[in-house]
Amino acid sequence: MKQLDELTKGVFKYNPIFYLVLGLCPLLAVSTRVDNALGMSLGVFFVLVSSNVIISLFRHWIPSQVRIPCFIVVIASFVTIVELFMHGYAPELHERLGIYLPLIVVNCIILGRAEAFASKKPVFDSFLDAIGMSIGFTLGIVGIALCREALSTGKIAIFGYTIIPTFTPSPSVMMLLPPGAFLTIGVIMALINYRSIRKEGR
Amino acid sequence: MEDLLVIAVGAIFVNNIVLYWFLGLCPFFGVSKKTSTALGMGSAVIFVMTCASAITWPIYTYLLIPFNIEFMRTVTFILVIATFVQLIEMVMRKYQPHLYKALGIYLPLITTNCAIMGVALLNIEEGYSFIGSVVDGFASGIGFTLALLLMSGIRERLEFADVPRSFQDLPIAFISAALLALAFMAFSGMRL
Repeated sequence: MKQLDELTKGVFKYNPIFYLVLGLCPLLAVSTRVDNALGMSLGVFFVLVSSNVIISLFRHWIPSQVRIPCFIVVIASFVTIVELFMHGYAPELHERLGIYLPLIVVNCIILGRAEAFASKKPVFDSFLDAIGMSIGFTLGIVGIALCREALSTGKIAIFGYTIIPTFTPSPSVMMLLPPGAFLTIGVIMALINYRSIRKEGR
Repeated sequence: MEDLLVIAVGAIFVNNIVLYWFLGLCPFFGVSKKTSTALGMGSAVIFVMTCASAITWPIYTYLLIPFNIEFMRTVTFILVIATFVQLIEMVMRKYQPHLYKALGIYLPLITTNCAIMGVALLNIEEGYSFIGSVVDGFASGIGFTLALLLMSGIRERLEFADVPRSFQDLPIAFISAALLALAFMAFSGMRL
C-alpha cells in the first residue's frame, strides 16, 4: 500500500506540473501538437526512470559535496542516449522537438526528483516515484497539447490518424503561438484551484 | 556590424528568450514578485549568459568538432556551465564582495536555468560566429531582464487588484504572461 502511494502521488497529489510547477519550459514549448507532447513525455519518462534508478543505486557512494555534478552527468548521459536514439529512429520527431530535447537535461523535475527522492530512498521506491512523476508530467503536457491543438487547428490528429474530425471552420491560430500556451496553463490551473476551493468549502 | 544589430534586436524583442522560446520560465515566475529581486536576477543572468556563450562556442568549435564528438555537447555544455557558475561565485566572493552580496543568492539558481543552456545550444544551431554568439548571449540576457522586469511590475500591481480566488497568484501570472507574449508578438512583424 505504501509503495502504491509512491506511484500515485506523482500523478495527482504532487503532480509535477500543476502542484510543484516544475518543468514548465518543455511543457509550454512542445505542447503545440499532441504527437510532439507524446514524444517529449517518452523522452522525459526514459530519462527520469533511468536516472532515478542509477542515482538511487549509487546513493551510498556519491559524496554529498559533489552530488549535484554527479547527478547532472548521469542525467546528461541518458539525455544523450535519448537524443541519439530519436535521431536514428524518429528523425522527424527529433527535428520538431529541436533544442528542447537536449534541454531535458535542465528540466527541473528530473534534477528535483534526483535530489529530493532518489538520493535518499531505496531503488524500487525511486523507480515507482519516477514512473508516477512521468505519468503526471505526461498527463499535464498531453492535456495542454489537446486543448491547444483542438483550438488552433480545429481537429486532433495523432501521428497522422484523425482522432477528432474538424469541428470548427475558423480555429484560432493564437493558441498555437506562445500566448496560447500561457493562457491554457493559466486557465487549467485556475480550474484546479476552483475545484479545491469548492472541496474545502464543502 | 549590421548582422550583429539584427542578432541583438532579434534576441531582445522578436525571439524573446522567455516569451518566444519559453526558456527560463522557472525564475520568470519564481522571482518576479518584486522589481528589486527581478533586477538582481536579471543582471546575474545577463552576466552569466554572456560568459557562457563566450565559453561554449570555442569548446564546441575547437574541441568537439575536430574530434567528431558533437553528440557529447549536452554533457559538455551542462558541465561547463555548472562549473563556470561555481567559479564565478568563488571569484566574486573573494574579489567583489559587494557584487556578491547583490547577486550571490541568484547564482546557484542559474545553474539549472534552462535559458543559459538554451542560448548556448541556440548559438550552435543558428551557426553564429564567435562575436555573434557573444552578442546573442548578451542580448538574450537583456531580453530576459526586460521580460522579468515587465512581469514584476505587473505582479506588483496585481497585489492590489481584486482577483477572483481561483485565479490568485500563479494562474493570473500566467494570464498576464499570455498578454505580455501577445504584445511581444507584434515585434515579429519587424524585419531589419
